[in-house]
Parts: sequence; C-alpha cells; structure tokens
Amino acid sequence: MTNEAPLIEVKNLKKYFGEKGGLFQRNVSVVKAVDDVSFQIHRGETFGLVGESGSGKSTIGKSILRLQSITEGEVLFDGKDVHKLSNAEMRNLRPKIQFIFQDPYSSLNPRIRVGDAIGEALLDHGLCEKHEVASKVKEVLEICGLSEYHMNRYPHEFSGGQRQRIGIARAIILQPEFIVADEPVSALDVSIQAQIINLFSKLQRDRNITFLFISHDLSVVEHLCSRIGVLYLGTMMELGSREQLYSNPLHPYTKALLSAVPIPDPTLKRERIILKGDIPNPANPPSGCKFHTRCPFATERCKVEVPEFKEVESGRFVACHLV
Amino acid sequence: MGNTVLDVKNLLTQYYTNGGVIKAVDDVSFSIPKGQTVCLVGESGCGKSAVAMSIMGLIDGGSGGIKNGEILFEGKDLLKLKKHELRQLRGNDISMIFQEPMTSLNPVLTIGGQIMEPLMEHELISKKEAKKRALELIELVGIGRAEEIFNSYPHQLSGGMLQRIMIAIALACSPNLLIADEPTTALDVTIQAQILDLLRSLKEQRDMSMLLITHDLGVVAEVADYVIVMYAGKVIEEGPVVELFKNPKHPYTKGLLKAKPVINQRQEELYTIAGQVPNLATLTPSCYFSERCEQCMAICKEQMPKINDLDNGQRVACWLYEEVTTV
Repeated sequence: MTNEAPLIEVKNLKKYFGEKGGLFQRNVSVVKAVDDVSFQIHRGETFGLVGESGSGKSTIGKSILRLQSITEGEVLFDGKDVHKLSNAEMRNLRPKIQFIFQDPYSSLNPRIRVGDAIGEALLDHGLCEKHEVASKVKEVLEICGLSEYHMNRYPHEFSGGQRQRIGIARAIILQPEFIVADEPVSALDVSIQAQIINLFSKLQRDRNITFLFISHDLSVVEHLCSRIGVLYLGTMMELGSREQLYSNPLHPYTKALLSAVPIPDPTLKRERIILKGDIPNPANPPSGCKFHTRCPFATERCKVEVPEFKEVESGRFVACHLV
Repeated sequence: MGNTVLDVKNLLTQYYTNGGVIKAVDDVSFSIPKGQTVCLVGESGCGKSAVAMSIMGLIDGGSGGIKNGEILFEGKDLLKLKKHELRQLRGNDISMIFQEPMTSLNPVLTIGGQIMEPLMEHELISKKEAKKRALELIELVGIGRAEEIFNSYPHQLSGGMLQRIMIAIALACSPNLLIADEPTTALDVTIQAQILDLLRSLKEQRDMSMLLITHDLGVVAEVADYVIVMYAGKVIEEGPVVELFKNPKHPYTKGLLKAKPVINQRQEELYTIAGQVPNLATLTPSCYFSERCEQCMAICKEQMPKINDLDNGQRVACWLYEEVTTV
C-alpha cells in the first residue's frame, strides 16, 4: 500500500480564522483552527480523524474539498494541488470528491423532492441523459436501503436515519473516488446508527471509495477506519493504524481519550485517566505542547518546546516529548 | 418501603399532536430507593424525558397532560399537590439538570446570582449568607477561582463548566432526588468523564438518589444501580445493572447492546435492529417492538405483554418469557 501514491496528501495544512479585521485590517485574535497538519490517505482506505470539539477535524475535511480557503500548505488530490486549480478544473473535480454532513435535514432543501435532490448533481455535471436520471436515482436509493417510491417524497417525511441514507445516496450517485463524511452517525440513535455504519462498511467493500471519516466517537471510528489521526487544538497528536492506536496508544491524550469512553459493561473495572480542566481556548492555545495544561505527565520541557511529530515505528507518528 | 424516595405508579402521560393523542408515557411504574441511581434508557421518542417532565410537573397543559397514575415523593403524591406546594419542592427537595446547560441558564444574569436564587427562595437566608454558600458550591463542583466565576456570565464559560454550574444550582438546597436528563450528551468525552465522576462522588457523599436519563448504554454501565429500558412509552425491561447487562432478556435490550460498537471489541459487521421506532399515534394492541423483533410470534401482534418478575430480580415485558412465569 505504501508503494502506491496516496490519493490524498495533506502537507503542512494551516487554516487560521480572523486574521485581519476592523477598519485598518489590523491583526486581531487569530484562531489557529488547523495548525501544521500533514497526513496521507491511501486509495481505498478509510482514514479516521478523531478529536473533541474545537480540534479542527471538520475544518480539515472542508479544506481538503476546498469548501473553504486555506492559510498555508497543500492538499494534493491524485498529485494535483486542489487549492491551485482554476474554477473550471475544480468543477470537473467536484463530482469525484463528495461530502456527507452530520445533519442531513439541514443539508436537504425542504421544498425539493428527494429524487430530484439526489439526481440534480448528475444533470448538473452532465454525467447522464435526462431520461436516465430516474433509474440511476432508483439504483442508489436501493443501495442505501430506501425504495423507489421515496423519490417523490419531501425531506420532512423521512426519519433521521432515512435522511442520512439520502445524504449518502446523493454523495455516491456521482461515483466519487473520495468522500469526506463529517460526523455522519452522531445525531442518530443506537439502533439506527448501527444500520448506517453497516451501510458505510458495505460501500467500502463494494465500491472501493476512499473515505475521510470524521467523528468524536472513538468506538465508531475503530469500527470503520483502518488508519486514524488524533487531533487536539488543531494539531495532530498521534497517527497510526487502528491496531496500533487502540491496543497500544502512545500519546497521553490518546490514552486519556480512550479511557474516557464509557464501556457498556458494569463489571469492568478500568484504570481511568480523568483529564483535569477544560479544552483551552483555541484563540489562546498553551505554549509548547498544546496538551501540557491537561497532561498528567507534563514536564517543564513540554511547557516551552513544541514536540516534533515524529515517526516512532513504521507508519506511526507521535508528537510527544515522552515517547 | 420506608427508604423509597420516589414511587411512580401506572403513570400515563399524553401529548396532543396533529397526528392525534399519543401516549408518551404508557403505564409506567418504578421506584427509586434512597441513595440509589436509577437509569432510564431508550432511544429518542421512547418517553424517557416525558417521565422526568411528569415528575417535575413540567408538562405543559396545552400540549399534553398526565391522565393517570401516582407519583409519590417521600409518600406525598406530587400530582395532588397545589401549585405553590409543588413549587416548594422543586429546586429544593427535587431538582433537575438538563441536557443543554447553555440554554438552561439565563444569559443576562451572573452565574452567582443564578446559584443564589434557589437558596434565597427556599432556605430564606440573607443575601450575604447565600453568596457564601454559592461560593462553596462552585468549589464543590470542582471549579477553582470561585469568586471570578461567581461574577461571570454564562457565555464566558465552556459547556463543561456550565454543566458543573447547573449541578451546583441543582445541589444548592441539598435535594433528596436529583433528576438528570442526558447531562453529558452535549459534552466531549473527556469532559463527560469528569461530570460523571462528579455526579457519582456527590451522590455518595450526600446519600442522594438520582434518576439519570440517557441513551448511552456506556454511561448507564458506569453510574447506574438499577436500569429501566423504555420503548415507545412502555417499560420493556428492568433490573439491577449487572444482571441486565450480563443477561439481557428482551430482544430489544439484547439488540441495543449488540448494536453498539465497543472499543477493543471490533466485529466486521454490527448487529442491527431492522426498521425504526413506530409512530406512537398509530399503535394498535400488540407488543410495540413486534415489527422489529426477530423472535416475533403470532401473539405478539395481537396482545401487549405484561411486565413480569423473573427470579433474579429482573423484570421483562415479552411473550417469550410468559410461560416461564405463569407455570
């Protein structure tokens, strides 16, 4: 897998919000939502990004698809820098890269029939003839566990789980190579969540789509992703394969995150690391290692020196002075 | 039953919707012993929050009402109390914390003022005394800088801090019963762990009873002594936490436990419960789970099963266990 060129390559990505402001374009407080993040996504794999609120995971997802501009760095899709493409080139690329949102209800137009909402992009990009649209929509609806008669209904007639299926159908009808799924199962109940997770597994198996799966739920990420990056305040703390990360987390933050997840077994006694304090304000992040204010193992060095994001074993990166 | 704090008997709460009258809580009975944590679990729309709202007397008369049952709090039926009597209990002997701390606090009042309010209302103490108590409460819920927090406004604090403030307000008058409706759902995992830890230790220190409402079985396993599983307004299974997780009886409970991905127990395919929660307005006499149940029998479609005791302290409402108990 490593011999082949990666499909997505994110190099030193930075996205700062609120850089200049006011009448004289003064520097106002800068939120470093994404601060020098690099990683690769290989063809056909599902890469997971986990982190708490404000960690920058959604910002990375949107930056990769050029749904927003970036401050610095590169995002290469199949070797091409997405942020340097012309508008026409970008338009040609759009059908290949798709986005699935957390809340499918607010991403569907309430006055457009579901069938039209799903088929719209096909016509828009000139990917098929008008008379073929209905049959293609029907096909993806069936893949996503809905039926043909759902085409003529409006978004409000569906339940949360069904709407997420519509969101997925709309993304896959263009036969994309790459999909960013941003918290696609977080708003769903357990029994529905399991159905949607299995739908994702099926798409991974049958369609060879490369996914970037963004979630705060570590158990869902473990289930679906083969490699995972852990973010904290816009910085990648640890990156590794599923096995590496879950069976032997190296970064204290990863350890704390994993131990904080409640496990449905009342007899289980775990040694928990309960982190003190809150996530710091991203507009005013701590010096040195950003995690040092909450890290139970922090030393003097951590307060001043930013740890390097280094490879500790093959394919495994950690940013911590203690590793 | 001298040490029962809350006893809910045959509670029936209805809501009036465009689709007709729905039974959000349908003949639900349970009790909470002193010092215990009882968890209500279920998916959205199963009626778990409606139970809490009914206990607190917060069902809006225009959109719904309690049609039957008794809610005995320390022997008094809350449903028969006058408005001002209920007001004396709420926030004093029974208090509640909500899912969204941001929307449950008043944005134009200081944190300190909001903690002092129930103290001055219920304990009739001076403002000076109330401030002293408020500062102690802020310390109690694990926030330093009490003086600074006292004077700040809700928007200046993070979600985790606000939830701690909500807990401080709820605990201000040392309630005997704390109702927590999804208290950690809006919070990040590391903050959730802090809040659950706090609730657990406060409950122990104060020998308080707790009714915790959640959809997360992981949270249930961490804090509950006793678990009640609801589906479509009905209690379908209940029991002590260890037994219920080790040996769930109802196909729905089993399904819920199997459908949840668990860290370090990865499977290729997750178990799923087919279909979705039924529309409460169009229910017919049957087991409400029958349409989604893999072990559905003829009788399940015709008659609602009663909830029956099993010998290990569990109770289940399912036709599969009916013969066992009647023979």
